Amino acid sequence: MDSLLLMAQSGQSSGSTLVMLITVFLLAAFVGFEIITKVPPTLHTPLMSGSNAISGITIVGALIAAGAGEGALSTVLGFIAVVLATVNVVGGFLVSHRMLDMFRKKD
Amino acid sequence: MSVANTEILQNLAYLLASILFILGLKGLTHPRTAVRGMQMGAAGMFVAVLATLLGAEILAWWWIFAGLAIGSAIGIAMAFLIPMTDVPQMVGLFNGFGGAASFLVAGSELTMGIARMSTVTGVEGAESAMPAVAVSLQALVAIGFSGAVGSATLFGSLLAAGKLHEISFKIGGKKYWLSNPVYLPGRHAITGIFVAGCVAVFAMVLRDPNTAAWYWILVCLAGVLGILVTIPIGGADMPVMIAYLNALSGAAACGTGFVINNNVLIIAGALVGASGFILTNIMCKAMNRSLANVMFATMGEAGTGGPTQDEVYAGKVKSTSAEEVAMLFDGARRVVIVPGYGMAVSQAQHAVRDLANLLESRGTEVEFAIHPVAGRMPGHMNVLLAEADVPYDKLKEMDEINPTLETVDVALVIGANDVVNPVARTDPSSPIAGMPIINVDKCRTVVVIKRSLSPGFAGIPNPLFAADNTLMLFNDGKKAFLELVSAVKES
Repeated sequence: MDSLLLMAQSGQSSGSTLVMLITVFLLAAFVGFEIITKVPPTLHTPLMSGSNAISGITIVGALIAAGAGEGALSTVLGFIAVVLATVNVVGGFLVSHRMLDMFRKKD
Repeated sequence: MSVANTEILQNLAYLLASILFILGLKGLTHPRTAVRGMQMGAAGMFVAVLATLLGAEILAWWWIFAGLAIGSAIGIAMAFLIPMTDVPQMVGLFNGFGGAASFLVAGSELTMGIARMSTVTGVEGAESAMPAVAVSLQALVAIGFSGAVGSATLFGSLLAAGKLHEISFKIGGKKYWLSNPVYLPGRHAITGIFVAGCVAVFAMVLRDPNTAAWYWILVCLAGVLGILVTIPIGGADMPVMIAYLNALSGAAACGTGFVINNNVLIIAGALVGASGFILTNIMCKAMNRSLANVMFATMGEAGTGGPTQDEVYAGKVKSTSAEEVAMLFDGARRVVIVPGYGMAVSQAQHAVRDLANLLESRGTEVEFAIHPVAGRMPGHMNVLLAEADVPYDKLKEMDEINPTLETVDVALVIGANDVVNPVARTDPSSPIAGMPIINVDKCRTVVVIKRSLSPGFAGIPNPLFAADNTLMLFNDGKKAFLELVSAVKES
């Protein structure tokens, strides 16, 4: 498994993988632009805090880094990253929910 | 074989998470669907985390559970204990944490790569013929990128949050506010040096990937750069900076996705980046300035050439009382309230709502005119008024309400200044020339509630205050509205 990981990390990220990742990135960016231009100004703050919570997706990377158990330094770095990303995700979604709830009451 | 199957399942779960994120943001296009949208986003995050925990080779479970527990506790505490008025700085802080997580993950990946490389060479006993590169070039570029962007996001956001929280400190008996824009001498040169430094160290990360120190130097330099860019920002420019930092945190998450070859990070990061850049753009347009102008121009000092306060105000400013304004309301059919940052400062939103409800109950039509950059973050006024239970269909955008302002009997301006300054239309040499404003000067009567005649962020006097149809009600915003409510009840 170690060698597999190593290959994935070093040799295997060939040109085609990179092109695939860039494709995904560009398509996602287009989708983002299309959707977000339709968000009304009333909801700009919830949009910011909500998208902010989504940017906490780094938590996936943080979990992998903290859980890999490869050396003290990388584990500690990963651990701090897990804490911060979790604060970002949990706090971000809860604040967004609190705000949006205020908008909903008047329906 | 089972490894391959797990990986397929994991990637499908990540795809599901990405779809949930997209649908979640789509929900935000209407207040009715917004709550469900955010729940979908949260569900997406849950799926992504679960897929990672079940699919990845995890050895250090305790670290992970401890991290998740501590992070959740802090996040829950912050989200529920902090008052709604402090939301801008809290969003700033969360944003910074996301950036920090990105550069820590990139740093951890680099450390792991270097460690693996040394074990491999150790086993073989000798240097291999191939150059000893621990991490692929793509991953290195991505590591450098998310390191630099993540660190700039963290330190820029921390400073921005401090500015929004109005933190002050004393040096030698003199009080300084963090929120004041600071223009360092030769700041463009200093910024330039740090940019060049970042580029140079980035190159060293690529050339000498086995030395992790280069990466950490890059992180430090980028952090200083984040502070340098944020430090001259103040007041009315904060919404731009907050939106920009939001975009950066998305970019950092995206970069981390390229480090670990993970689609869900790339998709989510791209969505957040797009959202941040669109908001930045909207905020800049609402001030008729470019992003470069916001970040590098010197606001406030530019306004020295225009007329002085005395020239504009002397002998022309008319002061009024709550009782007089209450009488104005008697004959008014249409009233528009224009809130600015001053409403947030004086926590006047509930008193404002009370007055609006009172006037409505007497048959007056009351609406709110919201300028896109009013307040300290995009949509700030909307959130405050929503907190006070003002229905969102009463909140009108600038472009929507401007053509109808001629038919408004009374415009109530509370704590707004530059966004209602007619100089933006009339004086092309003004620092706010061309900025779209709410044309309250076209209303029949304008009542400006303000504590003094002090200038707004642009540092220029406002001829609106001296106009024939303007009355100044000098008071704290909340007190003024409370007095207005009782005056209307008595009349």
